[in-house]
Amino acid sequence: MSAPASQPDKMAAVPVLERMFRFQWEEAQQCYVLLYPEGMVRLNDSAGEILALVDGARSVARICSQLEQKFPAAGDLSGDILEFMEVALEQRWIHYRR
Amino acid sequence: MSSVGSTTAAKLARERQPHGQPLWLLAELTYKCPLQCPYCSNPLDFADTGAELSTEQWIDVFRQARRLGAAQLGFSGGEPLVRRDLERLIAEARQLGYYTNLITSGIGLDAARIAAFREAGLDHIQVSFQAADEEVNNLLAGSKKAFAQKLAMAREVKAQGYPMVLNFVTHRHNIDRIDRIIELCVELEADYVELATCQYYGWAYENREQLLPTRAQLERAEHITNEYRARLAEQGNPIRLIFVTPDYYEERPKKCMNGWGEIFLTVTPDGTALPCHSARMLPIAFPNVKQQSLEQIWNESSGFNHFRGDDWMQEPCRSCDEKAHDHGGCRCQAYLLTGDMNAADPVCAKSPHHDTILAARQAAEAPAHETDVTYRNERNSRVFARSID
Ligand code: SF4
Ligand code: SF4
Repeated sequence: MSAPASQPDKMAAVPVLERMFRFQWEEAQQCYVLLYPEGMVRLNDSAGEILALVDGARSVARICSQLEQKFPAAGDLSGDILEFMEVALEQRWIHYRR
Repeated sequence: MSSVGSTTAAKLARERQPHGQPLWLLAELTYKCPLQCPYCSNPLDFADTGAELSTEQWIDVFRQARRLGAAQLGFSGGEPLVRRDLERLIAEARQLGYYTNLITSGIGLDAARIAAFREAGLDHIQVSFQAADEEVNNLLAGSKKAFAQKLAMAREVKAQGYPMVLNFVTHRHNIDRIDRIIELCVELEADYVELATCQYYGWAYENREQLLPTRAQLERAEHITNEYRARLAEQGNPIRLIFVTPDYYEERPKKCMNGWGEIFLTVTPDGTALPCHSARMLPIAFPNVKQQSLEQIWNESSGFNHFRGDDWMQEPCRSCDEKAHDHGGCRCQAYLLTGDMNAADPVCAKSPHHDTILAARQAAEAPAHETDVTYRNERNSRVFARSID
């Protein structure tokens, strides 16, 4: 376990979906989901939008700017997105590229 | 193998809101199995059931269930590896967008087939073990070479990059070795470990006295599991240990399959559709995918509507303020232990039949005789088919 990263470090980090999970849109449920062995997490709209941009190449900063562009009315999203990343790390849905 | 059950049900239910779609399709491809586990959840008269669905019929079932909302597909059995069209079925299912799970004993698996499944798009493999101790494992599986084969296959599954769940069915003959079970799972680099006692219906009910651990055994095992959890977390090991206590030691029942006809859909080898893989034992005429569409089956069939809502309940459940919570418990268990499928699950302390559970707990305290196990095989199955007719 490494020491907690500072804010700028976190913006530069590149999240990668853990191999265990598959992220996809579920037509029947009209939401994004994470599928894993014998289980499923239904994601709310914002979690879905964020994870849809997690591709192992984009940094958190890029994800923020892309979403802010997509939803201009929402203003600064970096706080929410960083908060989601914390949850996703803790749930082991993602890790930061090493 | 077919020990998919309450743990996965609970996992799924925690993480979704109810909307009445089948999310989980369990495809029991065949009742054929090279092993003879005495806790097998297949019906006692499996040797007497009809012809297996063809490849095309299965693919059609997958397509229909996917349209109804199913996202998880479990290939189970019997031993699904017996089906030579498994690669094709996996490929079709993956194409349809399912998360595909192979639930296997590992017998009949080899590196080439694991690779072929990967190629076809298989997402995950669950390997079931009977014990961490070779001798006990082989005794319970009714096979001498089973254990070494399972170990080799578990290693191969990881080597080929799959997520792996190891499922250990715990019972009185292996639960005292839970430390070795956990250590083996750590060594094999399992992602999840399910340490669950079997549900006592089907073959397991016939063998209940040989399987049910004592309360002291259980408490000790849970304590050891908790110690390992703490230690492994400290080491940064991501392995997850899921320990499930048998409902025989509870005073309230579990909610059967998270609600009858709520999220689970099982299709048996001959096409019979069930709300739970053991429901076939109930005196209900269940629909068959050869005769009806899955949509009709899920939404309209009397079999699937039978225990939806609570109109069917009788006392003490009807007027009980906990009924929304457990829905009266397991219907199969109620039927098996009381002869009345509408009764409260006897696990409930409010049930007038709770004494049957107390008696089983009492019996568990008596010393075990390992020789009296009824193995799940065709010969024994024919005996049951006769006595059921
Ligand atoms: S005998 Fe064992 S391996 Fe075979 S289907 Fe039953 S539980 Fe599974
Ligand atoms: S009486 Fe019935 S509804 Fe009430 S707790 Fe017991 S099983 Fe559940």
